Amino acid sequence: MNAPFVMPALGPILPELVLAVGALVLVLIGALRGEKSYGLVNGLAFVVLALAAAALVAQPAGKVLVFGDSFSVDGFARIMKAIALLGSAVALVLSVDYLRRENLTRFEYPILIVLATLGMMMMISANDLIALYLGLELQSLAAYVIAAIHRDNVRSSEAGLKYFVLGALSSGMLLYGSSLVYGFAGTVSFPGIAAALQGQSSLGVILGLVFVSAGLAFKISAVPFHMWTPDVYEGAPTPVAAFFAAAPKVAAMAMTVRIFIVAFPGIVGDWRQIVVFISIASMALGAFAAIGQRNIKRLMAYSSIGHVGFALVGLAAGTAQGVNGVIVYMAIYVVMTLGTFAIILGMRRGDTYVETIDDLAGLSRSQPFMAYAFGAILFSLTGIPPLAGFFAKFYVFAAAIEAKLFALAVIGVVTSVVSAYYYLRIVKIMFFDEPAQSFSPLTPALKTVIAVSTIAIALFWLAPAPLVSAANAAARSLF
Amino acid sequence: MAIGLTHYLVVAAILFTLGVLGIFINRKNVIVIMMSIELILLAVNINLVAFSTHLNDITGQVFALLVLTVAAAEAAIGLAILVVYFRNRGTIAVDDINMMKG
Repeated sequence: MNAPFVMPALGPILPELVLAVGALVLVLIGALRGEKSYGLVNGLAFVVLALAAAALVAQPAGKVLVFGDSFSVDGFARIMKAIALLGSAVALVLSVDYLRRENLTRFEYPILIVLATLGMMMMISANDLIALYLGLELQSLAAYVIAAIHRDNVRSSEAGLKYFVLGALSSGMLLYGSSLVYGFAGTVSFPGIAAALQGQSSLGVILGLVFVSAGLAFKISAVPFHMWTPDVYEGAPTPVAAFFAAAPKVAAMAMTVRIFIVAFPGIVGDWRQIVVFISIASMALGAFAAIGQRNIKRLMAYSSIGHVGFALVGLAAGTAQGVNGVIVYMAIYVVMTLGTFAIILGMRRGDTYVETIDDLAGLSRSQPFMAYAFGAILFSLTGIPPLAGFFAKFYVFAAAIEAKLFALAVIGVVTSVVSAYYYLRIVKIMFFDEPAQSFSPLTPALKTVIAVSTIAIALFWLAPAPLVSAANAAARSLF
Repeated sequence: MAIGLTHYLVVAAILFTLGVLGIFINRKNVIVIMMSIELILLAVNINLVAFSTHLNDITGQVFALLVLTVAAAEAAIGLAILVVYFRNRGTIAVDDINMMKG
């Protein structure tokens, strides 16, 4: 009859366990000590994230499957989890000062960040459709609440509502696709699906794959399922937008890569068309729609849509080299995004945060450090060598060319040139326009984040090897 | 006429389509959107249970149970966000959710 129940080894999921237990302890502390516990809970949330990172780093190399093969701990999962943890922790650092000034110091905020991070780690490691769905929902449900955390603010609650409705719809599509894939492949496990298909695609599986892709495109905010991104980034509090732009995007991209590469390796020809289409559409929309934006958070939303398109170029190649490109791209993207949002959070006069691009006018004279750092980040976002953004684009385009996707690579380079227009326009406003009212001095936390990300971007060309070789090993662990 | 797998799949497909249309065509009320989301998730459950029986494999039913649980959590969070929104705006008409555009 049944095999005897064996308790699985818990070592491989230690980082997730730390986050889960940590979040529960934080909830208890918050509930017992009441509204005043924000400082304590926030500090402990950093400790929990650091412990999870330590547990992640201490894991032995190699691939381990746990919980009936539904959870895969491999090189790819480890590097993506490290990036996601970094993104969450920095987003939490960025939020402290903002929350105090806006009177949002609720202990729920750090707890929700920790829970969302737990969901992301589950998404990254998920090796079957059920684990994927549960991780995704854990991350999304926490994110809906964080978007609406400023509950007395109309825009924040509207952002939360929009995010919820569209996110729930996308989860529904992903699930419907999962049910079709399960039905026509006969299993929910990713390697099982690959084995069942044997390189052949049936109509049912293709239909399921299309629905799954629609759900995934939504979570990484790729065109044509991007419409929530600008509204949510604009409406949600700025550190929340920083969080959304960084860590969840990495996790969703990791999940997308794993499902396409591990579950559908035999039918690359079928899904490549989908990925190429959403990649081109995202790059084009990211380049053209951002041109007319006056609000810097909306502009960053369109910029992030474009960057997701560039990362998808690597996935479209469908090779280990392409996945390597995706990992490098997401790592550099997170550093650039967090730096940008640190600058946006620095756009403050007294206790008022401003968000329009014109407020940056003449920044080079009032705050040269901020202006030069932002200039470097913007050049990197454009992809100008020798900054890190150039290498990010270089690796994905090189993979696309190796895979003979010449048209895709050319369109990518062209849209990258178009996007230079609005990035460099900000540089022009900062350095050549008449100064606007100057900003209040940067807080030490913001200064540190801006300095670290700028240095990382500017000096990446000196030592690209650690990241690139780690990404290379991680990419090979999927094949 | 025996009722086979195809019939269940067709019913689920119709329910799924109704749910998606309910989200996009409805211009009146956010509560209707919540109901449409539930309809989508239930269509998925019909699919999963039908496949599970057809394949003689228990996984689909486990999946369906988990979907039900998550759907309950999702509805709770959605309604909570809706209450917060209503307190700020005093309306939950879909046409009025337009503070941000562009």
